[in-house]
Amino acid sequence: MRKKVIFRGVALPYLLLLPQMIITLVFFFWPAGMAVWQSAQREDAFGLSTQFVAFENFTDLFHDAIYLNAAWNTVIFSTAVAALALGSALFLAVQADKHIRGAGVYKTLLIWPYAVAPALAAVLWLFIFHPSIGLVGKALASLGVNWDYRVNGGQAMTMVIIASAWKQVSYNFIFFLAGLQSIPNSVLEAAAIDGARPMRRFWGVIFPLLSPTTFFLLVVNLVYAFFDTFGVIHALTRGGPGNATETLIYKVYVDGVQNLNFGSSAAQSVILMLIVISLTAIQFRFIERRVHY
Amino acid sequence: MQRRTLLTGAMSLGVAAPALAQSAPIEIQFWHGLANPLGGLLEKRATDFNATQTKYKIVPTFRGSYPETMVAAIAAFRANNAPHIVQMFEVGTGTMMNAGRAVKPVHELLAETGVSIDFDDYLPGVRGYYSLADGRMMSMPFNSSTTVVWYNKDAFSRAGVDPNKFPETWEGVAEILPKLKAGGGTQVPMSTAWLTWAQIENFSAIHDIPLATLANGFGGLGTELRINNPLVQRHMAALVQWQKDGLFRYGGRNNAGEPAFPNGEAAIMFTSSGFRARVQREARFGWGVAMLPYYQGTPRAPINSIIGGASLWVMNKGPAAGGGRSRDEFVGVAEFFKYLSNPEVDAQWHMDTGYVPVRRASYAIAKDKGFYRENPGADVPIEQLLRGGGTLTDNSRGIRLGGFVEIRTIMEEEMERAFQGQQTAEQALTAATTRGNVVLRNFERANRG
Amino acid sequence: MSGAATIDVERLAAASRRRRARDRVFTYFALTLGVLIFALPIWITLIGSTHDTDTIGRGDVPLLPGSEAFANYARAWDEGGGGRNTFAVPASTMLWNSLLMALIIACGKIAISLLSAFAVVFFSFPGRMVFFWMIFITLMLPVEVRIIPTFQVMTDLALIDTMMGLTLPLIASATATLLFRQFFLTIPDEYVEAAKVDGAGPMRFFKDVVLPLSVTSMAALFVIQFIYGWNQYLWPLLMVSNRDLETVIVGLTKMIGIGDTQNEWNLIMTTAVFALLPPVAVVVLMQRWFIKGLTETEK
Repeated sequence: MRKKVIFRGVALPYLLLLPQMIITLVFFFWPAGMAVWQSAQREDAFGLSTQFVAFENFTDLFHDAIYLNAAWNTVIFSTAVAALALGSALFLAVQADKHIRGAGVYKTLLIWPYAVAPALAAVLWLFIFHPSIGLVGKALASLGVNWDYRVNGGQAMTMVIIASAWKQVSYNFIFFLAGLQSIPNSVLEAAAIDGARPMRRFWGVIFPLLSPTTFFLLVVNLVYAFFDTFGVIHALTRGGPGNATETLIYKVYVDGVQNLNFGSSAAQSVILMLIVISLTAIQFRFIERRVHY
Repeated sequence: MQRRTLLTGAMSLGVAAPALAQSAPIEIQFWHGLANPLGGLLEKRATDFNATQTKYKIVPTFRGSYPETMVAAIAAFRANNAPHIVQMFEVGTGTMMNAGRAVKPVHELLAETGVSIDFDDYLPGVRGYYSLADGRMMSMPFNSSTTVVWYNKDAFSRAGVDPNKFPETWEGVAEILPKLKAGGGTQVPMSTAWLTWAQIENFSAIHDIPLATLANGFGGLGTELRINNPLVQRHMAALVQWQKDGLFRYGGRNNAGEPAFPNGEAAIMFTSSGFRARVQREARFGWGVAMLPYYQGTPRAPINSIIGGASLWVMNKGPAAGGGRSRDEFVGVAEFFKYLSNPEVDAQWHMDTGYVPVRRASYAIAKDKGFYRENPGADVPIEQLLRGGGTLTDNSRGIRLGGFVEIRTIMEEEMERAFQGQQTAEQALTAATTRGNVVLRNFERANRG
Repeated sequence: MSGAATIDVERLAAASRRRRARDRVFTYFALTLGVLIFALPIWITLIGSTHDTDTIGRGDVPLLPGSEAFANYARAWDEGGGGRNTFAVPASTMLWNSLLMALIIACGKIAISLLSAFAVVFFSFPGRMVFFWMIFITLMLPVEVRIIPTFQVMTDLALIDTMMGLTLPLIASATATLLFRQFFLTIPDEYVEAAKVDGAGPMRFFKDVVLPLSVTSMAALFVIQFIYGWNQYLWPLLMVSNRDLETVIVGLTKMIGIGDTQNEWNLIMTTAVFALLPPVAVVVLMQRWFIKGLTETEK
């Protein structure tokens, strides 16, 4: 789509684009190019000697059990976060969509966690799950559960999943609610007249109509679980115990910042870029298709 | 009109600036990784030095934990903005030794500036850790500690164990653990902080067995881990078993487990001798300090333990040729080091903080002042560093592995899996050896050229 | 016959009323439970911030407010602290840094995106589509995946430890540009023609027509981007080692360190409340724009 009537001039539009282009070039293209270039190199921490190793950093990664473990963790973690956040948000949205008094208040009370930073969400949950000061942590201990997320990998993973999903529910809730409210009443009435039971009505009529929203949210939630949850993991478990909660993005940080292994870290960045690019591409294809609806 | 005034004003300032700079002291940037209260005590040493003269000014800055400080210094070097002095924890020593022109070795610094420091008086364990094989000092030893045992005397009494005598051997420890569990009145009999430093690195040193080939890496970059040996296997298997039996509790990485001792959760704690200030302040029970136990029948055991803590490294400004430092700046650094090596200063640091004195002369001063009479057990770490006559062997000099920070994490990760019952101790050590050797080979490759 | 039918209808109506009542109870119950689960962590934090160190350190988890609220908030604001392993940075400093960072990012994004979207929509010039795609493709590179190389670029530019370095890389935003572009395309051609007839230049048109029309979009974007900026974690964690520039989110997790039981948890909880209030207030008070911003930037 284009405008038919436009202004003339060449210098002015370039000038208007300049700030954005400078920032994009310096902070997007330069680092991205650097990541690709560095991923083919091996360097000491001080940057005093560098050698070209082509694809060796990549092949090393694919043979590294710890990297594969991080990839697997990422799959488990992202799936669980997306499922938990989508499921609870859908349930709450369906409840809030019913015409009840105070729906607006419930809505406000459910959307504020969106404003909470992931790292801060982690801290809030820490106050609940800490083995010696947390409410739930202490309750579990008194029930005889050997609760200590600092030494038990499964417990640590459960905790980062809950803390990460908690925050994302608000976001999903807003979209599901908007989706529900855009379903025409006539459709619902028709289904009701057909005599379908509420559960059947939901899964047979409403949910299919929500599927574009659900799919969009699924991609967004996956991207969130992949990247934005760094703060949760860093604040709660630092990837441990063992490597139980180390995800791909966390490993980029560990190798790049703590282990000063820039070549491998850059290679991991490149892999992540490919993942995001494909996720975004999927999302765009879907949006395009939805336009035809 | 106004703009012109501003401009001329700025110009005259520009002219005046060099004149001002001549009288101002030369600033020496000093980055450290000690949080309060230790950080405050360290910064006081810098202010005290500044007060002794007017030519140089040490500017200390806290840069986060040791690993954060290390990363910040390396990043700053790459940006041509490194500090003059950086405090580097002992595990970073291998990395710094191989940092080529990024660092200015202390022996070169002293030779070029004509400042002399009597390193012969330094404790051998301290000196050995930070020098080349031929004895030339690479960095300036500073805050040094070693692992010791902290134990709750009240819990020992309750359990019917002699509170004045901590077992000398692990066999003895194994005997008292069930008693402590039964009658000690603490949540768990034993715990440890710094799992690898206390239970693998120092464990190997006092038993005089190698942690890695080529004299624990002192002999070159081609070193390989040797932690997968019968004695370490035995010890790790014992810890895993004790964890299962509720006799021992792994408390998390680094020093995360430490609080369990002063708050009375664990009757025995293995951690740094620098823990002293905190125990003194927080423990509401009688406590004692003891040397690390050893396994009976190990030939040559026990000998000296190795140090932890940090040393001070002198850095060049950036990667550009010449290093970017003036002679005056180096003289300032050397004078500051000389001040720190003063036995009075060092003895006071030891008495204030719980770190060990790095010089024999400072140890004598603390003794003369009656410090150990008033603070029983404060000399245990020093005696432990001198145990077995104080002649270092290839296994007790220290550890010089490139990428050691990462290797430590690897050992911790693998042992965490063993404590969770996902693998045996032996499997953990095998896996840690394989993964650690990959790090060593990568470091060797990256630093050979 | 008719009597039976009436009874039947009444019975059906009663059953349906009962079912609806049951449904309603369930709905209220479910929503309230949801709200409570959402509020539980914040409740614990709020309560914790009103007690003294020992209460929490002992592990006595209080569920009702204590009496130390004022002391805690005053101390956290002026002195900071809480962690054993860090130097204290006053919450006021950290909040100021966070606020500045969030405002610069939000305003910066809106400013540069307005300009570039204006250029792309209302002008025709060589390379227009190339520029558009260059901006568009940055959608695919969140700061996290290029974090280490970006850090090195900042090192090369000597922007480490500066507010500029903290904010600049986060200002480029494809989403904002796309949103404004979509919106500008809906501005009728007649407006432009009218402006031309009046002899108004493009910048005059921008100022008098485009800006006033974009106010709602700008407000919506502002809410979203303010929260985005306030909640940044990995980037400030890497970029800032000078504690004077510490943002509150990073500072808070540094206070916790390794989760030491001996931490002054009450001060940590107080700081958490400080860190929470501004973005939550923005979302709750600007709810309408918030939802608009969210649904429009993401779709």
